[in-house]
Amino acid sequence: MKEKELKRDKKTGRVIFTPEMKKDYTILFPMMAPIHFSILQRVFTHYGYKTELLTDTSPEIAQTGLKFIQNDMCYPAILSCGQMIHALMTGKYDLHKVALMITQTGGGCRASNYIMLLRKGLKRAGMDYIPVISLNLSGLEPNPGLKITLPMIRRAVAAVIYGDMLMCLKNQAEPYEVHKGETEKKVQQWIESLSDEMLHKDGYKIKVVERNLTKIAKDFDSIERDGKRRVKVGIVGEIYVKYAALGNNNLERFLREQDCEVNLPGMLNFVLFKIDNRIDDCKLYGGHRLKKFVCEKLFDYCTKIQNLFCDAIKNNSSFQVPAKYSHVKELCNGINGYGNKMGEGWLLTGEMLELAESGYENIVCTQPFGCLPNHISGKGMIRRVVETFPKANIVAVDYDAGAPKVNQENRIKLMLSIAKENLEKGEGK
Amino acid sequence: MISAGIDIGSTTIKAVVLDDENKVLFKTYERHYSRIAEKLGEVLKALKEGPLKGMDKVPLAFSGSAGMGIAEGCHFPFYQEVYATRETTKVRYPKTDCIIELGGEDAKILFLTDGVEVRMNGTCAGGTGAFIDQMASLLNVPVEKVNDLAKSHERIYTIASRCGVFAKSDIQPLLNQGARKEDIAESIFYAVVNQTIAGLAQGREIKNNVMYLGGPLTFMSELRNAFDDSLHVHGVLPEDSLYYVAIGSALLAKKDEPIALDSILEKVQNYRNNENFSYIEPLFRDEKEYDDFIQDHAKDHVDSLPLTGYQGPLYLGVDSGSTTLKAVLIDKDCNIRYTHYVSNQGDPIALLKDMLLDIYSQMSEGAYIAGSSSTGYGEDLAKNAFSFDHGIVETMAHFQAAKHFLPDVEFVIDIGGQDIKCFRIRNGVIDDIFLNEACSSGCGSFLQTFASSLGYDIADFAKLSLFAKRPVNLGSRCTVFMNSSVKQAQKDGATVNDIAAGLAISVVKNALYKVIRCSSKDELGKKIVVQGGTFLNDAVLRAFEKELGVRVIRSNIAGLMGAYGAALDAMDLHLERSNILSKERLETFNRKVVSSICQGCNNKCRLTISIFDDKRVFIGGNRCEKPVTKKANDVRLDLYDFKYRLLRSYDSENEDESKFPRGKIGLPMGLNFYELAPFWYSFFTALGFQVVLSSPSSAKLYRKGQMTIPSDTVCYPAKLLHGHVIDLLNKGVKTIFYPCMSYNVEESHTDNHYNCPVVAYYSEVIKANVRSLREEGVHYLNPYVNLSERRFFPDKMYEYLVSTYPDLSPLQVRKASDKAYQEYEKFEKVVMNKALEIIDSARKEKKTIIVLSGRPYHVDPLICHDIDKLILGYNCAIVTEDVVSKLEKNPEPSHVLNQWTYHSRLYKAANYIVNQKDMQLIQLVSFGCGVDAITSDEVRDILERHGKIYTQVKIDEITNLGAVKIRIRSLLEALRRRELDKR
Repeated sequence: MKEKELKRDKKTGRVIFTPEMKKDYTILFPMMAPIHFSILQRVFTHYGYKTELLTDTSPEIAQTGLKFIQNDMCYPAILSCGQMIHALMTGKYDLHKVALMITQTGGGCRASNYIMLLRKGLKRAGMDYIPVISLNLSGLEPNPGLKITLPMIRRAVAAVIYGDMLMCLKNQAEPYEVHKGETEKKVQQWIESLSDEMLHKDGYKIKVVERNLTKIAKDFDSIERDGKRRVKVGIVGEIYVKYAALGNNNLERFLREQDCEVNLPGMLNFVLFKIDNRIDDCKLYGGHRLKKFVCEKLFDYCTKIQNLFCDAIKNNSSFQVPAKYSHVKELCNGINGYGNKMGEGWLLTGEMLELAESGYENIVCTQPFGCLPNHISGKGMIRRVVETFPKANIVAVDYDAGAPKVNQENRIKLMLSIAKENLEKGEGK
Repeated sequence: MISAGIDIGSTTIKAVVLDDENKVLFKTYERHYSRIAEKLGEVLKALKEGPLKGMDKVPLAFSGSAGMGIAEGCHFPFYQEVYATRETTKVRYPKTDCIIELGGEDAKILFLTDGVEVRMNGTCAGGTGAFIDQMASLLNVPVEKVNDLAKSHERIYTIASRCGVFAKSDIQPLLNQGARKEDIAESIFYAVVNQTIAGLAQGREIKNNVMYLGGPLTFMSELRNAFDDSLHVHGVLPEDSLYYVAIGSALLAKKDEPIALDSILEKVQNYRNNENFSYIEPLFRDEKEYDDFIQDHAKDHVDSLPLTGYQGPLYLGVDSGSTTLKAVLIDKDCNIRYTHYVSNQGDPIALLKDMLLDIYSQMSEGAYIAGSSSTGYGEDLAKNAFSFDHGIVETMAHFQAAKHFLPDVEFVIDIGGQDIKCFRIRNGVIDDIFLNEACSSGCGSFLQTFASSLGYDIADFAKLSLFAKRPVNLGSRCTVFMNSSVKQAQKDGATVNDIAAGLAISVVKNALYKVIRCSSKDELGKKIVVQGGTFLNDAVLRAFEKELGVRVIRSNIAGLMGAYGAALDAMDLHLERSNILSKERLETFNRKVVSSICQGCNNKCRLTISIFDDKRVFIGGNRCEKPVTKKANDVRLDLYDFKYRLLRSYDSENEDESKFPRGKIGLPMGLNFYELAPFWYSFFTALGFQVVLSSPSSAKLYRKGQMTIPSDTVCYPAKLLHGHVIDLLNKGVKTIFYPCMSYNVEESHTDNHYNCPVVAYYSEVIKANVRSLREEGVHYLNPYVNLSERRFFPDKMYEYLVSTYPDLSPLQVRKASDKAYQEYEKFEKVVMNKALEIIDSARKEKKTIIVLSGRPYHVDPLICHDIDKLILGYNCAIVTEDVVSKLEKNPEPSHVLNQWTYHSRLYKAANYIVNQKDMQLIQLVSFGCGVDAITSDEVRDILERHGKIYTQVKIDEITNLGAVKIRIRSLLEALRRRELDKR
């Protein structure tokens, strides 16, 4: 669209994503967790949005980010904004037919400001006519061209749980698979068929979700595994560097190459956490009954979905069943307060505790260099985690455009040496 | 069984051979200069022909941070180095509790008891051998001598060790002020100790049986003593302290299959790195392109004529910089008659004296010095010692010189040894200043350090880079990280030429993207003058032009521009004769240096007093003018001082205990208590508590809490809170209140009213890491509270408190809450009235009003380093952002999500001052403050949209006040010139 056709917000001047744009604009969004996001993308397709998930991981992304985003900003901002601006600069897209989309939690962490920095970056790059859509549930920055509806939320929740399921079982099966590549093949098949269901059918309905989860559990359980004991490593941290290979220098792959089993706690916990925060706020500070009521409904719905997921694994496979949100929260009691909600808040501490409790006591705690909430809930709590579970073997790793991979891997290797020793001693059950 | 271990560290290769009883049969220690495969081949050959002669297969394992690549590439058995160290210790000193190991670029603490735990320096090489090396070169002594110097120290200065950069900026002013090298050497060791404890121990106490390992600790007895002293231990330096990693891998190798030596040797010799480092296009395609480039730049020059034979006035400019001393003498036509450029070797005064004598000896009859001006870090010292006529702030000096070559210059960028100074010129005045306070990457010394670590001198190194085929893409990052990136590039097969070129390019990128933070080449304009010694390196100049796509001006005196500018300034003084010391007076020139501690206030600044010719006195090391003027600071117009005193008055510590039925409750004076102390004081006083504030911040108080800090990269105000909590415990206060606050008070024109995550939840960090808070009888009260929900606050507070104080009633808490809110409002009003009074007086006295903006806790004198007093000294008045923000009734909408209470005040304050002619804003930013990454851009934006100058001052545990002065003086100078222009 031409500048004069663009609709801008009167107060801030941001370009509004209009219903007309929905028709012929392609919405680009940055990669985080590949399995989850591939399925999530189809939710948007189902509702008639043309979207594209950016999968490029070239080194120019960080450079582009550094060029256009304030350098002292956290690494995820540099990367995700860099990935989008870099994509725009490849010449692959008609710049007047493209929009960007980024999540905004509205929490007290810097991440709520990524979108503003992205717009500043676009302005610097001379592309401030490109609409940037905020994806959030807090009612920030409404766009008439993109409406989040209840059915859409339900589809998104289904996408997240499918993602959690595939990620969880893949991580448990792949290191042990006898026929190399079998697990990955299944993952890809399931992404395809689940996406298809998301697109055309009612793959989000409780009954269907339950049926699908059961099928997935059975299917992965059929993978022939060698039963050898391997070092089990959990990954926690700031959500972007935890999941995104671009953000953590391919941490999962590195650990797999070191012959470890990797456990990334699922994403639905984070969704539950963000909803639960609002409920806890009401409990801690009083008031807001309606908000509390709505959040409780949503919370119950997601809990129900999570229960299906845990039951499916428990009843249909020999895989270890991931902990439920309520259990993670309980573990954190008295260690990190439930009012601590910025970024990953107490959930990060809870996940470390849960991993240590469930046999994944070797933990990589990832964070962007200078991540504010992580000073508190990550590094700040390691001591308490070790006091609670003395076997916990935790390494905190900072990620940043300048932090060299060789140092990160060296640190992780030390953690692994101790893990291997513990495993040999027979302690690392 | 015999076994061997090889440890490839960041700078050295160590190899050992152990016999059946694990005794060391053979050991070797060599520097590898990053030629790892080559050197390893030699070491292996030596083993094969020496201790392992005649053996086909030997258990052999590798270790070390730089060995990972080659071991993986050749599939050799490899053990992580800390793990190997632990193995050796288990065998040799099983009772060890804690190992401190410092290496070339690594620093580690290994806790062995109560669960093995290791701390390594992840992203920072501060406090390592590399750091000591850098410091030695700064002192201009061989690294071995640092230890000898330290032996005869008399006093210790505080030096930042987070990064060599910070330390340099602490040490340089000390040297320039004439501090003794012996004292600095010792101070460097203490800096290393502090860095190791603060950065690595992260909350765990180092005690009992401590062992020291690694090069620096092996070779430097004073460093070990500094550790012993700080930790109150008697650490041991074991035999073979350099070889623990190698021995450990040899021990571990005994469990593995023996491997064939020949095959190892063959693999090492055939080891080809996967040459997949990322690279950029070459600087020059061919010799021809280079020659054209050289010819083109030769046009910008100033003539150099002999001094002898000249008659008439001469003007002297001296730039006493951070590492070098530069001087230019010009004639009445601005031709150069004499230049001087030397490393200051830590003693600029002696060098200056010799130079002046040299000038006098070359001057002919009829020539005379008609004006003299000094600039740079040592400006005041030089001026006082030799009676220069004028001192000029260095930015102005550079601007003067740049104008000479390009009258309508738009941007000046000066890259010197350790500092980058850049500024924009708008309407003929310096407008924006960019200094590298936090980072020295992108400076000349950075290239120099790399050149010498790779065994080249800087000139040769520069030449190598010109025709490199594939310059390594090193990005723009800190020097410290760059070390490792270079290491990685070497691992991946980059040649020295490629690395040299890559470094030159990264210097430019650092300057552009880290210091100036420009995003497009048009941002700097088309008329750019580059200067500073670093630009004499053609590779750097070329890289700069390539990166920006603009032809820039580099004069033949690029390295002397500050001095040349000062000389021009001396000429501008229009004096008949300079007051500078004559030849005769120079010959009898003498100086004495005394150090003392200022007793003027609680800061106890360590002063270095230089006395010249028994009469002219120069005092260095002072934060305020008090020791110089012998007068108390004029704090009448200082709202910082007023607020601080007012806040400290909310304290009943010295009152009669019997008045308080509920006993003592302690409030740690940190973070948001700098605004909420009145609130909580009234609240708890009303409930019958005796409120005790923690003691005023001090370095000593900080150190008390240092052991309990879990994250070394969090901001200094947060780290300081640990000391305050421990101070309260030490005072015998058993109940400490420090709440968690996601939300702050709600104010107008914002999207939300959060605290930043650190302020919001630091209470949790304190709880988890200060173990004594969990002791019997200690109550740490840290509820989640929300003051902006006033309706619910009393009930929620009651719910929380009643479990500890069952006799409380809801009504009591309600009444106490009301008092608390009232007191908070009263406090706001008192501060506001004082602010209005200051503004009023300042306007009457025609003083500039500085809105010193940051966070409420920046009024802590230890956190802001008394910057308020420094600014007062420039005839300014000081108010704060919180009051000014309340004066702004209708701010423009912000371009960021305006969701933090404290930060929204910055935007409102900026909006307010753009309409106030006599107000300027200076933003204080704590190092590591993530949120200020957002606010600083936005505040700058607001100010610049309205033609105001944005000035930022970064502060940390240690702050180089020299750089702060430059900023403030430049700001004031720019304002003055703007004012002159208008007339």
